[in-house]
Amino acid sequence: MEATQPTAGKAGAGPRTLFDKLWDDHVVVERPSGDALLWIDRHFVHEGSFHAFAQLAGRDGAVAEPGLTFGVADHYVPTRGRAHVANPEIARMIDDLSANTARHGIELFGLHDPRQGIVHVVGPEQGLTLPGLTMVCGDSHTSTHGAFGAYAFGIGASEVAHVLMTQTLWQRKPRRMRITIDGAPAPGVGAKDFILSIIAKIGADGARGHAVEYAGEAVRALSMAGRMTMCNMSIEAGARCGLIAPDETTFRWLEGRPYAPKDAALEAGLAAWRRLPSDRDAEFDCEIRLDAAAIAPIVTWGTSPEEALPIDASIPDPDAQPDQARAAAMRDALTYMGLKPGQRLSEIAIDRVFIGSCTNARIEDLRAAASVLSGRTALVPGLVSPGSSAVKQQAEEEGLDRIFIAAGLDWVESGCSMCVGMNGDAVPAGERCASTTNRNFRGRQGPGARTHLMSPAMAAAAAIAGRLADVRPMLEGRT
Amino acid sequence: MKPLVRVEGIACPLGLSGVDTDQIIPARFMKQPRSKGYGGFLLYDLRHDEAGAERPAFPLNRPPWRQAPILVARRNFGSGSSREAAVYALADHGIRVVLAPTFGDIFASNAVKNGLLPAVLDEDAVEDLLAALQARPDMPVVVDLAQQTVLWNNRAVAFFIDHVAREQLLNGWDDVDVTRSYAAEIGRFRASNTVVRSWSRPDDQPVRT
Repeated sequence: MEATQPTAGKAGAGPRTLFDKLWDDHVVVERPSGDALLWIDRHFVHEGSFHAFAQLAGRDGAVAEPGLTFGVADHYVPTRGRAHVANPEIARMIDDLSANTARHGIELFGLHDPRQGIVHVVGPEQGLTLPGLTMVCGDSHTSTHGAFGAYAFGIGASEVAHVLMTQTLWQRKPRRMRITIDGAPAPGVGAKDFILSIIAKIGADGARGHAVEYAGEAVRALSMAGRMTMCNMSIEAGARCGLIAPDETTFRWLEGRPYAPKDAALEAGLAAWRRLPSDRDAEFDCEIRLDAAAIAPIVTWGTSPEEALPIDASIPDPDAQPDQARAAAMRDALTYMGLKPGQRLSEIAIDRVFIGSCTNARIEDLRAAASVLSGRTALVPGLVSPGSSAVKQQAEEEGLDRIFIAAGLDWVESGCSMCVGMNGDAVPAGERCASTTNRNFRGRQGPGARTHLMSPAMAAAAAIAGRLADVRPMLEGRT
Repeated sequence: MKPLVRVEGIACPLGLSGVDTDQIIPARFMKQPRSKGYGGFLLYDLRHDEAGAERPAFPLNRPPWRQAPILVARRNFGSGSSREAAVYALADHGIRVVLAPTFGDIFASNAVKNGLLPAVLDEDAVEDLLAALQARPDMPVVVDLAQQTVLWNNRAVAFFIDHVAREQLLNGWDDVDVTRSYAAEIGRFRASNTVVRSWSRPDDQPVRT
């Protein structure tokens, strides 16, 4: 057998970006039309993947590489009362995932597995997410895994079926964008504020058709959790994927993870991963720079993640917007949100908080929220759903659960929960929620729900104040 | 998949921008098998009030637009969630073409795989078309994929579609069949990859728990 580097034909073609290298390493064939068939290293399925399994059954298809696909129960799982799933439709969704994965020999982290959690928290946690991989899942927030220097992106059911049957996908190469964040942020400002600032700046379709690499001093200084938050929300700027070059922070994080390579395989992996960062002279199709020191804690005010402003700002006035279509959209958003132009963001009263989701429910996120809530009481009810069952256990070992409960919040099991409302955890119509999630779309957290996106520390601050609030004064004297 | 060459008919001026896939089909409807039909869920929370009654002013609820095979929207149509159910809702409702200045990438890809054309029409042309449809709701519109043009009021405007997507729609090609014709190349890649990137395969690693 010929064991040539898959990149052999490309490696000498001049300086390449991280994305170029990931792409080149996975091209099976290129068509004259310019699209390429890519090898997929890792694939995740969840309850919502039933459409894809139905397509597979419809064509009598077999799963090509069951060892490269993993199942996780997350979208529909209850966060309470798991011993018996009361809703029969939800029980059926969870059972169907078990049956489909069992039928095709796919490993499943199911409802009662200690490794269960949100797919984009579990993958990294288990060492299934690695630098240099192509990774897909029928979920747009698959971009999360780009934090490790993987080419990771969300796909639809037909593509899920295609990957199951062939372990490949047809893709057109996206353009390359680099977003550099220089300097250091103020205390209380972090990854969520970075990414919301970026989306507000470039728009919810500002990175459409691009693979976005985040770089710069402030990005390098982020923990893996912070890097995952940024890459997670790349899709909210319309990006095909988000990427951060792997470095020692990445490699240290991967050490000893159950599925990560060991021994000789690890040495080979490390050698390959160290070659991944963008070459010094590599060219990007688009470059954007931000100064971390100029970024304040951000909250959203409207029904798109681009409708985001620093907490000390006021609701913008549609009448001042010259673009009539844009002004009309802003008026619609403000009507839905029950807000008025000129209103100060810090005066908006909230009804509840949600701390959870693939964006912000890792142990670091829970610690950030707990450090604000410790010794304080929430004025509104709230739900804290850890990113995985393993994160839940670790948080309980650290006593974070007791801080949340003492503050008056509910501490529940792990799942997508109130980010998407599929499992019944929903914000009631007309209520306003300070949420650590990724989408403030109309009805996302339940029909008529009003969502304000923010960081875990800011959601904790909102819980204590009973309104949107700047976390920075609340952090004085605390670490 | 049924080829799409030319669609002629009523066009509904939806007019909204940033219609994310959570709007196109709210999450609570996605537990159903596709065979039951997803058309009734299309834009459900925008089309209906809290009690479930149709909002008469919503474009898709108004004759003659109820049966329109063409939908015209503003920027960033189909952003957000990767749910293919959004395309099922459009297709099952009878929509064959969406015209907008920009689309969410995943939505556009899902659309093509289901024979729905996401045609990119520049912002000015979309504004003109929306205005023309408000003036004359039953104005016939032709979307010609072979010519890559939209025709209305004796006017022909070019639209953009990725040329691979165009070929696929015109011919009704199925991705899986095409891919299977590359089985030998996939087999060679896999064999080489297993050696060169052995670290990438979790099933070749001893799992430490």
